[in-house]
Amino acid sequence: MNHPDGYNLRLYVAGQTPKSIAAIANLKKICEQHLDGRYEIEVIDLMKNPELAQRHQIVAIPTLIRQLPEPLKRIIGDLSNLEKVLVGLDIKPT
Amino acid sequence: MKSDRKANAAYRGLPVIEKSPTGIAGLDEITYGGLPKGRPTLLCGSAGCGKTLFSMTFLYNGAIQYDEPGIFIAFEERPEELVKNVGSLQYDVQKLIDEKKLAIDYVHIDPNQIDESGEYDLEGLFIRLGFAIDSLGAKRVVIDTVETLFGGLRNQLVLRSELRRLFEWLKEKGVTAIITAERGDGTLTRYGLEEYVADCVILLDNRVQDQLSTRRLRLVKYRGSAHGTNEYPFIIDEQGITVMPITSSGLAHDASLERVSSGIPDLDAMLEGKGYYKGASILVSGMPGSGKSTAAAHFANAICASGKRCIYFAMEESPQQIVRNMRSVGLDLDKWVDKKLLKFSARRPNLYGLETHLAAMHRDVRDFDPAGVVIDPMSALMGAGLAGDVHSMILRLVDFLKTRGITALFTNLGLGSAEETTTQMQVSSLMDTWLLLYNRESNGEHNRQLYVLKSRGMAHSNQIREFMLSSDGIKLREAYIGPAGVLTGSARLEQEAKDRAAEIERQQEIERRSRDVERKRREIAAQIENLQAQLANEELLSQQAVLRDDKFAADRVAMATSRQVQRSGSVAKSTGKARARSEKP
Repeated sequence: MNHPDGYNLRLYVAGQTPKSIAAIANLKKICEQHLDGRYEIEVIDLMKNPELAQRHQIVAIPTLIRQLPEPLKRIIGDLSNLEKVLVGLDIKPT
Repeated sequence: MKSDRKANAAYRGLPVIEKSPTGIAGLDEITYGGLPKGRPTLLCGSAGCGKTLFSMTFLYNGAIQYDEPGIFIAFEERPEELVKNVGSLQYDVQKLIDEKKLAIDYVHIDPNQIDESGEYDLEGLFIRLGFAIDSLGAKRVVIDTVETLFGGLRNQLVLRSELRRLFEWLKEKGVTAIITAERGDGTLTRYGLEEYVADCVILLDNRVQDQLSTRRLRLVKYRGSAHGTNEYPFIIDEQGITVMPITSSGLAHDASLERVSSGIPDLDAMLEGKGYYKGASILVSGMPGSGKSTAAAHFANAICASGKRCIYFAMEESPQQIVRNMRSVGLDLDKWVDKKLLKFSARRPNLYGLETHLAAMHRDVRDFDPAGVVIDPMSALMGAGLAGDVHSMILRLVDFLKTRGITALFTNLGLGSAEETTTQMQVSSLMDTWLLLYNRESNGEHNRQLYVLKSRGMAHSNQIREFMLSSDGIKLREAYIGPAGVLTGSARLEQEAKDRAAEIERQQEIERRSRDVERKRREIAAQIENLQAQLANEELLSQQAVLRDDKFAADRVAMATSRQVQRSGSVAKSTGKARARSEKP
């Protein structure tokens, strides 16, 4: 957490499904374009860590959770709708 | 019957649906063994009809009785809430969780926290469930209530296809699952889940009628299995869930020749001297205060005295009150309670609906296994439902008790004449023995009377007896039958007194007459004696006269002789004088 106002994002996927791959790609693109180094992405594969699904209340896949800044936010889907992601993550276009 | 069929099918190598027992009393009978093993069952019903408790019971019993661990996926309640809620059923779920026999996974979906962007699926849920099943080796799964997802996720198309996939996946996993769903308006479930879960659908219902709610269960479908199709009442209380299968298939109960004492020797005497038939249903109807409860208590007392168990369903009085009251007629019911032969089950009739009463009685009977049952009074139940319902309930109860060979005594409060309400009439046809208790008013007092209106299969007395409560129990007196009809109470006493007086009078009359006769006899005898004495006297006198005459004649001869000897001149004169002298005395 190098950035005081930085974004800590977790993306939950389940294996290498098209949706998962798309979600990872979309997230990276959005962050690069709009957050300019103020972010950290953690991709969690539930196929490898199934116990985390319960602990982190994951139902839909893919799920993106904004850990920081508070409050916690969730976006489900492959993040193909850019505007919704920006609104959901509270990112003002730079 | 079902097991025969099953055995046959298995014998012939036909595939048979395997079943997973729920351990819920009654439900396993209706389903002939339980829910379809390894398949999902849809449990639907409106809010508050017991879906969650029902499914938790399924898991709890599975873990405890059948060694099948279970997973509870809760969409609506948190685990700690769930544990607490079912604690009221005395389920120690926490212990099972600690022993890894049960796990609760709370799936929280807050639509306000979730935004959607692009395509998704519910793989996360599958992973959670799969992980939980594998880590516990679970055989049973409950998903309560999956429809919450419809409120949390917007993409209904995805949701539907994912649910379909979920149910298929559950089947593949081979777990026996219950999926609960809210009742829809005019449909089984609000979101049409019955389309996906097609193997077994159970509908729970909580209907309120006359401010009384009754829980009912119906098996809407059960693919590949015979099942009961009726609505079955069930109860949820501190002893868990009990479903009551209502009617046995036919009138197949055994007719016993064994007799059961009514507890009243005089009444037994009216029933061929032996009492009721074992397994019979007895109706005791009468007006308030005619002694119905007392007759019922005598019956219960007799059952217990013979060393058998009896349940007394008290609808209007508390057990303590009954025990106290019966002490006044010399019955010590407390003794039997202490010996665990007598069980009081007191419930207010309006505590719950008819069906629930029925189910509760059913369970009590099943648990206690009595030889006799008293329902006092049956009429109290009339307030708990419509007449038709009451009739069908009594029918089921009678049927159930008969099948078990339990002698049952129902008391019924009826005002006025015997042929009373239609309900009483309907019910009476179910009864084998019907005792009528009257409370007749005459001469400014009420007197109790008893009459055996009918008693199937025995030559019972046709007499009306006077029914007396004494400190020594019930006594039946021969009623006085006189020219003025049947007399009871003081009228009988008066009549008897009158009769006694008349009898005494008659006795006295007889005595008086016989005394008269005796006196007359004595009088006549005395007269006879008197006359005889007179006669004797006469005879004596006449004998004396004869003797005197003889003597006189002899004297005259002697005198004549002497005169001839003297021979002086005046023979004729002296002769005349002498005769006159001799005749004078």
